[in-house]
Amino acid sequence: MSSNPAPRASRGPLYLTLPALTVLVLVMAVPLGVIVLRSFMEPEPGLANYVWFFQTKVNITVLLRTFSIAFWVTVCCVLVAYPYAFAMSVAGPRLRLVLIMCVLVPFWVSGVVRTLAWVILLQDSGVINRILLSLGFEKVRLIRTQLGVTIGMTQVLLPFMIMPLYAVMRGIDLRLLQAARSLGAHPVKSFFQIYLPLSLPGVFAGATIVFILALGFYITPLLLGGPQSTMLSTLIQQQVLSLLNWGRGGAMGVVLLIATFGILAIASPFMRRKYQMSGGSR
Amino acid sequence: MKLNLPRLLLGLTCLLIAIWLVAPTLVIIPMSFAGKKSLVFPPQGFSLQWYENFFTNPQWFGSLIVSAKVAVMVAVVATVIGTMAAIGIERLKGRAGGVIRAILITPMIVPGVVLAVGIYAVYLDMRLVGTWTGYVLAHTLLAIPFVVIAVGANLAVFDQRLETAAASLGASRLTTFFTITLPLILPGILSGALFAFVTSFDEVIVSLFITSPELKTLPVQIFSSMTRDADPTVAAVGSLIFLATSLIIGLGLIFGMRGRRA
Repeated sequence: MSSNPAPRASRGPLYLTLPALTVLVLVMAVPLGVIVLRSFMEPEPGLANYVWFFQTKVNITVLLRTFSIAFWVTVCCVLVAYPYAFAMSVAGPRLRLVLIMCVLVPFWVSGVVRTLAWVILLQDSGVINRILLSLGFEKVRLIRTQLGVTIGMTQVLLPFMIMPLYAVMRGIDLRLLQAARSLGAHPVKSFFQIYLPLSLPGVFAGATIVFILALGFYITPLLLGGPQSTMLSTLIQQQVLSLLNWGRGGAMGVVLLIATFGILAIASPFMRRKYQMSGGSR
Repeated sequence: MKLNLPRLLLGLTCLLIAIWLVAPTLVIIPMSFAGKKSLVFPPQGFSLQWYENFFTNPQWFGSLIVSAKVAVMVAVVATVIGTMAAIGIERLKGRAGGVIRAILITPMIVPGVVLAVGIYAVYLDMRLVGTWTGYVLAHTLLAIPFVVIAVGANLAVFDQRLETAAASLGASRLTTFFTITLPLILPGILSGALFAFVTSFDEVIVSLFITSPELKTLPVQIFSSMTRDADPTVAAVGSLIFLATSLIIGLGLIFGMRGRRA
């Protein structure tokens, strides 16, 4: 068939990835390139859009708020996901199936629909406020506040925290805890000295994914939030679609891109520790 | 006794978390049978008018058809392209494979609005806004990572010596692929296709930018209805989607477990 099969065999796999890479270049690399280019070129070549971004107080407020919301959503996700993932890792097969279902069902139901549910629950005359009133508490403003946005986002993002955490916890040998206890360690101490450190790579992996996804969240803050909880994504959309200012919108987009990939670059060594630990011999 | 208290606490915590994960979504089911046009819980009265509206109103039903068609096309295209890429990555091994894999997964990480704005800019120039090609291309990009991950996971446990054995017995590369490789990685390909379908069917951010009044997907229609007024039709659509996805996942998990036991 082929006169020189050797180079063909080595290059074949590369050709197989070409269609996917082509789609990636056409629909991701080129569009992002256009954004970066426009942020420097419109309306005039230069750094004017970036100077504007960092000198406008509203932008800085929103940028800091975006980071703060993403931070609190990540903290909430870690606190909620940790006991849940632990239970998943020690449960019997049938209970585990139920627990996995509870994670997967919201994961698969569209984000817009889930946000709708939160709008219904959090509105001023909604279920949560009614429960609070009947318990004798005062009405809390939840919709169009940062608290409401944080609650909704945490629920939407929780599966991204639980799954990597569960994957790591499943691999932890529980006999290590028994060994510690048989040597006289208090359960609390053996948890903090043995279990927690072993599960940290999962925490880092999940927290990084949640934080990155939260930074770029758009639908939930838009529908659950108000002017006081605007995030960067909404600002970008306003610049481009309402004000038709592609240069400024582009500059904001570049800031968000750099933040996202910067955090990923900083965090990835911590996630990789997982392989060193389980690999052991290296 | 000392051991049971933490156990009880853990069980209770998990029960609360499970309720918090699932219950909010369940709220939409009673809402979908509301008698009046309002989204206040608990709903007043009972009617099926919102379901009727969904199936008879061309705005709603039309967008469902558009979404279904786009999602099927995306599932086919993304699964073929993504499976090819996953096989290529597995054969490349080493560093090159890892780099290509990392590149192909980036669409999951890029902030949705930034990507949407960029795609919108390019589509305006290429006249792809509000077109089938536009939707399928953009959704395929977002679906490829899921296919690459699902098929890649399956390939990682696939014994490549089987291919060598087939080749040594005289099978051509194509025969080997279709009779040995394909049947063995089929579970990965199928779950990749399912992920691709759902990714496209649910996608809203990019679709919001590249939509047109003539060609609208279901999530865009849901979103614009939610921002416009309190129409319980949204709850009816949500309930149908919820029911369909729960059934698919439930069956998938049950069959998956059976398959492993057998």
